[in-house]
Amino acid sequence: MSVATTANYLNEEKGLKSWLFTLDHKRIGMMYLFAVMIAFFLGGVFAILIRLELLNPGQDFFTADTYNQLFTLHGAVMIFLFIIPAIPAALGNFVLPLMLGAKDVAFPRLNLASFYIYVVGALFALYSIVAGAVDTGWTFYTPYSTTTSTSVISMTLGAFILGFSSIFTGVNFIATIHKLRAPGMTWFKMPLMVWALYATSIIQVLATPVLGITLLLLIIERTIGIGIFDPAMGGDPVLFQHFFWFYSHPAVYIMILPGMGIISELVTTFSKKKIFGYKLIAYSSLGIALISFLVWGHHMFTSGQSEFSSMVFSFLTFFVGIPSGIKMFNWLATMYKGRITFEAPMLYTIAFMFLFAIGGLTGIMLGAISIDIHMHDTYFVVAHFHYTMMGGTVIAFLGGMHYWWPKIWGRMYSEKWARVAWALIFVGFNVTFFTQFFLGSQGMPRRYYNYLDQYQPLHMYSTYGSWMLGVGFLIMAYYLIYSIYKGPKAPNNPWGGLTMEWQTTSPPIQHNFEEQPVLEHEPYDYDTRMVVNDQLIKKEDVKEKENINV
Amino acid sequence: MEQQNTATAHHVLPLSLYFTVAGVLFVLTGITVAISFVHFGEFNIIVAMLIATVKASLVALYFMHLKYDNKLFMAVFLSSLIFLGLFLTLTMTDTMHRGDIDPIKEHPIKKEAVFYNK
Repeated sequence: MSVATTANYLNEEKGLKSWLFTLDHKRIGMMYLFAVMIAFFLGGVFAILIRLELLNPGQDFFTADTYNQLFTLHGAVMIFLFIIPAIPAALGNFVLPLMLGAKDVAFPRLNLASFYIYVVGALFALYSIVAGAVDTGWTFYTPYSTTTSTSVISMTLGAFILGFSSIFTGVNFIATIHKLRAPGMTWFKMPLMVWALYATSIIQVLATPVLGITLLLLIIERTIGIGIFDPAMGGDPVLFQHFFWFYSHPAVYIMILPGMGIISELVTTFSKKKIFGYKLIAYSSLGIALISFLVWGHHMFTSGQSEFSSMVFSFLTFFVGIPSGIKMFNWLATMYKGRITFEAPMLYTIAFMFLFAIGGLTGIMLGAISIDIHMHDTYFVVAHFHYTMMGGTVIAFLGGMHYWWPKIWGRMYSEKWARVAWALIFVGFNVTFFTQFFLGSQGMPRRYYNYLDQYQPLHMYSTYGSWMLGVGFLIMAYYLIYSIYKGPKAPNNPWGGLTMEWQTTSPPIQHNFEEQPVLEHEPYDYDTRMVVNDQLIKKEDVKEKENINV
Repeated sequence: MEQQNTATAHHVLPLSLYFTVAGVLFVLTGITVAISFVHFGEFNIIVAMLIATVKASLVALYFMHLKYDNKLFMAVFLSSLIFLGLFLTLTMTDTMHRGDIDPIKEHPIKKEAVFYNK
């Protein structure tokens, strides 16, 4: 199969201009991937520097002020520039139309606009780093954010602009899923990744404008002194937190939902078994999207909001556990008695389930007011959200990237090095962050650059873990980039997947499919279908042939 | 995009309907002003929001033809209202109940903004 020599989306048009002005969802997805990877690298460097300062108590490498700027930038870059666009805008852009059997997204120009708006927002954020980086924490809480002399306005304006990019992607995906499904693909025959992207898009469209309003109000208060959040002018600082978390709590589901979508794909492909509880997984994505809007107050138990309010939000928070649990148990049930193989994407899937279970359950702990009052603003919270965001979303993103890498580039990466990197990342992650649960429960506050001597051993382990993580990511960067140029050619369907993106060539041709594909089976019909030499065949046919041969 | 139903896209309403709706809007504006002299305590905001919602709905339904348009747009419009309601209601579980259990001893720094005192 001379795949790479045939025309495909990578080689059909050449030159920088053909990339910069492309309307092809695959190329836009790749440009997004490139951009979010730069952001991930930058955020990662900030993280390594933070951990370096925390290796010993007292001031070692940075002043307290620089440290404040470092953790703010780590948070802001990772959240706004990396993790929110990482799965939907980069991987999702590439696979969504392929999974639906469509030529492109519904609005290709809006798609390109979304990317350039992202770039403009990122430039504002970068400018703010040069012009006196923000030191408020990524949450920009008032009243400090209205009084600090650092460049709050350019960073928040950057986040405001990035919000539009996110909304554009959301609108585009909703229209695409409604209108461009292949013949035969009813709502309940869509791959679960598509359901997850749909739920994500709904949150993006509904919640992001509120962040925009919040950041604008903050800018207005800072520039012309209208009292909205400042109590000296009749404002209410807790109101800022309501505004901020009304977006930012649903936003954590913008991050995790597409990750869960990836896991649904991976777990069934590498178990070669029909997904258990398709409809429940699909509905639970929508359920999470809905509940995500009702729980924001659990970030504010110690902010001075009313006790009644805390009680209501704590009660509602526990409901998130239900759809998340449904997904978890359905994935486990899918693996049960499946023919599981442990290629790199499946290793990430298992890591996800392990880490997300810890992240999710500690989330339930923190949702209980009595515990949260003690744990609030300690490393326990830091460990919790890194287990969900990094152990969950980033691990799922890496799993998805390894899964679709052969489809994207038409090349295979080194499985051996992929396993080495996986092991380093998995172990490094746990060494870095599991220690932080202990630190937090013993009272180590977050966002402090100095600490008592008693915390030093745990801080040291955590820093060593961050180095392991760093090495793991460097190895990954090396073998992935190497594979693009020197990797062996990938077959069209290296994992034996049944969803539509595997029915086209690797890499796909410019218009995705030679002719309009028609869906004749459910997305995960592994009980009746199998893939042999890139060909999707019915198991009955194989049996008949075998009978004839006998 | 949703132009397949041309009959609804070119719906023309009688002029009298527009004037009636405009009249109702004026009356409601009058009520808003009048009611600002009556103090309902914490229900002030509910009454004000109620009248404002009715007015906005009239404008959207008749002046903006939402009533005669594709029902999808109605769904989008209503869901945005529901989400606004959700935001306000849950935020008010905080703002209306502060100090219920643990009384607030300090007075607010200043009751009204400097901005409004000028």
